[in-house]
Amino acid sequence: MFLEVKNLNVNLGQEKIIENLSFQVAKGETLTILGPNGAGKSVLLKTLLGFLPYEGKIIWEQKSKIGYLPQGLNQLKVKDFPLTVQDFFALKNPLPISGEITRFLHIVGLEKDIIFKTAGDLSSGQFQRMLIAWVLISHPQVIFFDEPTTGIDIGGGDTIYSLLQTIRQREKLTIFLVTHDLNIVYEYSTHVLCLNRKGYNCFGAPKEILSPQTLEQLYGSEIRFYEHH
Amino acid sequence: MSHQLILTLISGIFISGIAGYLGTLMLSKKMSVVAGPLAHLAFPGVALALIFGFNISFGVFPFVIIGAILIWLLEKRTKLPMENLAAIIFASGVGTALLFLPIGKAEEALVGNITEITLGETIIIVILSLLVLYIVKQLYQKMMLINVHEDLAAIEGVNIQLYNLLYLLSIAVVVALGVYLVGGLITAALIAIPAASAKNISKGLHSYKTWAITFGIISAIAGIFIARFVHLPTGPMVIVSSSLLFLISFIFRKQLF
Repeated sequence: MFLEVKNLNVNLGQEKIIENLSFQVAKGETLTILGPNGAGKSVLLKTLLGFLPYEGKIIWEQKSKIGYLPQGLNQLKVKDFPLTVQDFFALKNPLPISGEITRFLHIVGLEKDIIFKTAGDLSSGQFQRMLIAWVLISHPQVIFFDEPTTGIDIGGGDTIYSLLQTIRQREKLTIFLVTHDLNIVYEYSTHVLCLNRKGYNCFGAPKEILSPQTLEQLYGSEIRFYEHH
Repeated sequence: MSHQLILTLISGIFISGIAGYLGTLMLSKKMSVVAGPLAHLAFPGVALALIFGFNISFGVFPFVIIGAILIWLLEKRTKLPMENLAAIIFASGVGTALLFLPIGKAEEALVGNITEITLGETIIIVILSLLVLYIVKQLYQKMMLINVHEDLAAIEGVNIQLYNLLYLLSIAVVVALGVYLVGGLITAALIAIPAASAKNISKGLHSYKTWAITFGIISAIAGIFIARFVHLPTGPMVIVSSSLLFLISFIFRKQLF
């Protein structure tokens, strides 16, 4: 197993956020973490990334290079500073060479002359593509992707997810994805982990997990919203 | 040109240049307000110096540095936003100062005394400015990444606590120097305005940094000379020059690039 999580418990202050959670992820899989707001999805990602203290076992098979797109990394934040796309890539450690930047921009479908544009002025689709290139350029073996704007059309008929899917196959990536969008889960995940605060967890392939019964248990009355999706 | 004017110009150029450079890192919401409260912390130091009759800088530096370390420690422990903590420190500083500061003699603390700067002080200013320049240059890319998103910096292996501390200490030193040039009341402007002007006309990081330093230096030189000719206080004139440059940069922000 690439990642094995056993009896994981995470507390924030006095509050139990994650309780007795166990699951495994094999190399090259896409695991979607699903659950209502406040279920601890982002907390789980941050724990797996090593940002938060925990009890239980998190065992990575090998030391892997990790890529991470955090929740809320939006253009507004980047707009605070006049950063060109090139400047933005220069914040990486080690500094990527310009040929590499061009190559990865090409992979995500961006023209190379975009590097001279201010990152805050890109369209939101271009910005999302740029972020993916920014993550990929470090050659990660694992990517954590925390709630990107759902189904955003990033141009060329792609969504972030179909782009990630293409890249996952090409680069043999393992992907952890937090999302609310059930269509995405069906289409792109190999496995689903569901979380809710009432201690109800489920884990398995999307087809076995995402029955109306489990969804109702997971979301309660929120399920109506998803049926309309 | 008189000996005194040369010292004033050298000090002014170094202080405003480094303040402009540091300011480019502070445009994010989180940081832009920290310099003000820190500068106001200079007041209790000035009060002590005036009461006991020692050099004002010996009063200013410890207070501002301790203030920076306090903000850092409190942020680490309480997880309160930095601007919130800075406000607490600021209020405590000014409150304490107003209890003791001989108000009649406080003008120096309010508007600076760069026109009476000594050779020794000038040398210290140049050395400290160069030291901060070196440190901020080392910190720059990582600090920028922390500003964009802390978790991104963490995954890139940046020791965020250490960087925040070094950054706050750099701000503290620049603020303490700024008190010389423009006084505690408006030191924040020395840091904030050049960066804002530079942002108006810059598309990328390199021109942003270069323009911020340039605007800082121009406003210092202009302020010092104009104040001499019209017999008005130098510190406030430096800030007014800086504000004018901001207006100009605002008007030209589209045409230039």
